[in-house]
Amino acid sequence: MPLLVRTGLAIAVMSGVAACVTINIYFPAAAAEKAADKIIDEVWQASPPEKKEAVPDRGGEK
Amino acid sequence: MKALKWLSVVLLLGASLVLAQGNLDVSSPAISALKRSMQERHAQLAPLYDSGALGQTTDGGVAVRDASAVPLAQRAQATALVAAENADRSALYREIARANGHPEWEADVRRTFAGRWAERARAGWWIQQDGNWVRK
Repeated sequence: MPLLVRTGLAIAVMSGVAACVTINIYFPAAAAEKAADKIIDEVWQASPPEKKEAVPDRGGEK
Repeated sequence: MKALKWLSVVLLLGASLVLAQGNLDVSSPAISALKRSMQERHAQLAPLYDSGALGQTTDGGVAVRDASAVPLAQRAQATALVAAENADRSALYREIARANGHPEWEADVRRTFAGRWAERARAGWWIQQDGNWVRK
């Protein structure tokens, strides 16, 4: 393969990789929500359950 | 033929990097320590959320909503709990941003958490919405 074509391809690869890395600067909002839910579950799981007696069915809670 | 090979390399690299960017790592030791600390404090905070004394704020923290719901003798302790919880939450948002190599994401992390704390708050708890307290 001629040197020129090779160089061109190499540049294309590098710019392709750079473009993908650039995408990474955006905040992954969906992943953050999932991570937040996981942490909130862990932090709030230790909630004292005594209040539950008053409201036996908590299925509708939000 | 060789060009095709190169192209597939580019596409593979791109695909793996795109996959890598959709994740948020929340497993650093600092984050685990903050979670534990908040978990322990929650046992004391939960009754205050239940009574409406404290609520979840729009900025991802907690605040005193109705001090009169707390007996006078325990108000100082409630205020201290709020301060400690807010310090931990702020540190948590900062650490998550840092652990992912983007300290500038702190505000985004905070905003995301604020929405999730409010959404996940139990029935009867208070959350702040547009500056007003709303009971769930």
